[in-house]
Amino acid sequence: MNVTRGFTGRPRVLPHSPKGVGGAPITGLPPGQYDAGDDWPVLSAEVTPDLTPAEWTFRIDGLVEEPRTWTWKQAHELPGSVYAGDIHCVTSWSKFGVRFGGVSLDAFLDVVRPHGSGTHAVAYSHTGYTTNLPLADLTGGRAWIAWEYDGEPLAAEHGGPARLLVPHLYFWKSAKWIAGLRILDHDEPGFWEQNGYHARGNPWEEQRYSGD
Amino acid sequence: MTESFTPPTRFAVPGRIAVSESTATLWQTATITEIRRETPHAATFRLAVPRWAGHLPGQHLMLRLTADDGYVAQRHYSIASAPDDSGHIELTLDHVAGGEVSGWFHTVAKPGDEVEVRGPLSGFFAWPGDRPALLIGAGSGVVPLMSMVRHHRVRGLDVPLRLLVSARGPEELIYAREYGAETTPVFTRSAPRGEPVGRIAAAHVAPLLAEQPSGGWEAYVCGSNGFAEHASRLLVAAGQPVDRIRIERFG
Repeated sequence: MNVTRGFTGRPRVLPHSPKGVGGAPITGLPPGQYDAGDDWPVLSAEVTPDLTPAEWTFRIDGLVEEPRTWTWKQAHELPGSVYAGDIHCVTSWSKFGVRFGGVSLDAFLDVVRPHGSGTHAVAYSHTGYTTNLPLADLTGGRAWIAWEYDGEPLAAEHGGPARLLVPHLYFWKSAKWIAGLRILDHDEPGFWEQNGYHARGNPWEEQRYSGD
Repeated sequence: MTESFTPPTRFAVPGRIAVSESTATLWQTATITEIRRETPHAATFRLAVPRWAGHLPGQHLMLRLTADDGYVAQRHYSIASAPDDSGHIELTLDHVAGGEVSGWFHTVAKPGDEVEVRGPLSGFFAWPGDRPALLIGAGSGVVPLMSMVRHHRVRGLDVPLRLLVSARGPEELIYAREYGAETTPVFTRSAPRGEPVGRIAAAHVAPLLAEQPSGGWEAYVCGSNGFAEHASRLLVAAGQPVDRIRIERFG
């Protein structure tokens, strides 16, 4: 440990409470993260698109039984689901006790039925941004298509009208302006992953950069 | 199914360089060798990093400070200096209100102190000095852009380069004495006598796009999210292709 002379840092953050909003566990700060408090920094690398709900679509294809495209209205006919918990950005801020509304990705995947050979997905945005994820990180109630934040429509700069939400991984995996998932039988690096970021991005193992 | 997948969309700005896995994961000791005040709120910290692998203008690093109880604070900072083989790099940091890391740099740090860095990181905002570059920054968002301007100058590059930099006033303009004919400063709160006060506007961007070289500009935008939204929208409205705009937002 290389102690920095005279550095004390912020008051230490302990887990807020055993349970957060909606009963989701709040488990404190992953290593190397700080509590952003009320801030929610925006870090997208591209121009924020002008995308209306009427223009938004979400598609799942690749290694699935029935490729399918949902419109905004069709996606909203699926059963609603809420994520209440924390989010973690690779730039080292975390945000406690956030609340997103949308639909569990399981509800979409149940319709298209991925083949047994499907192991990974590339999530892509209406802007062309991409990010890769193991299919196992997108199933089992751990991923959402989210269009509400704190009960309000998700702001464009935060990925509205709708974004992917995979809160147990660093937030670059939660693609803004989500347009689709392509199910693959192999892992294929996305935008940041081609720029040196980690293939999986688990904040609890501090998988920030390729090689971590 | 092994062919690579490209989504059917318009933004697909590729990274400019590959990033070395070994340098990105290795924490190195960096020793402060010099501190220079730039403005009332910003100072430049020169760091000796003997095994620094080199960087390209626009890249950043991760810096960490460690308290004696093991508490660690990490932040990403853009590199201000041009690439060279001096074994030193420079960072220019704003003193952020309540910032535990920038606060330490501005109130505690002195030459001889050691911190830790890993990098350089990310190939997306890098500028190798190859394509004509239109740089737009505000406040400390000018830092990675200044690395590009310095690189352009040190290497005597012929490729066109323009910098539009926004600051609250002349006293807040970082690197004010270093700018040359490539730079247009814009002041949002107070300006020297006879100069206008206001945000970067279409009237600043239009002439730059009108004089764009054949093949167009590669645009690099850096600053707060509010500034990045504003500047990138001005660029799009002026005709700059969306897939030729690279944005780095501070937050």
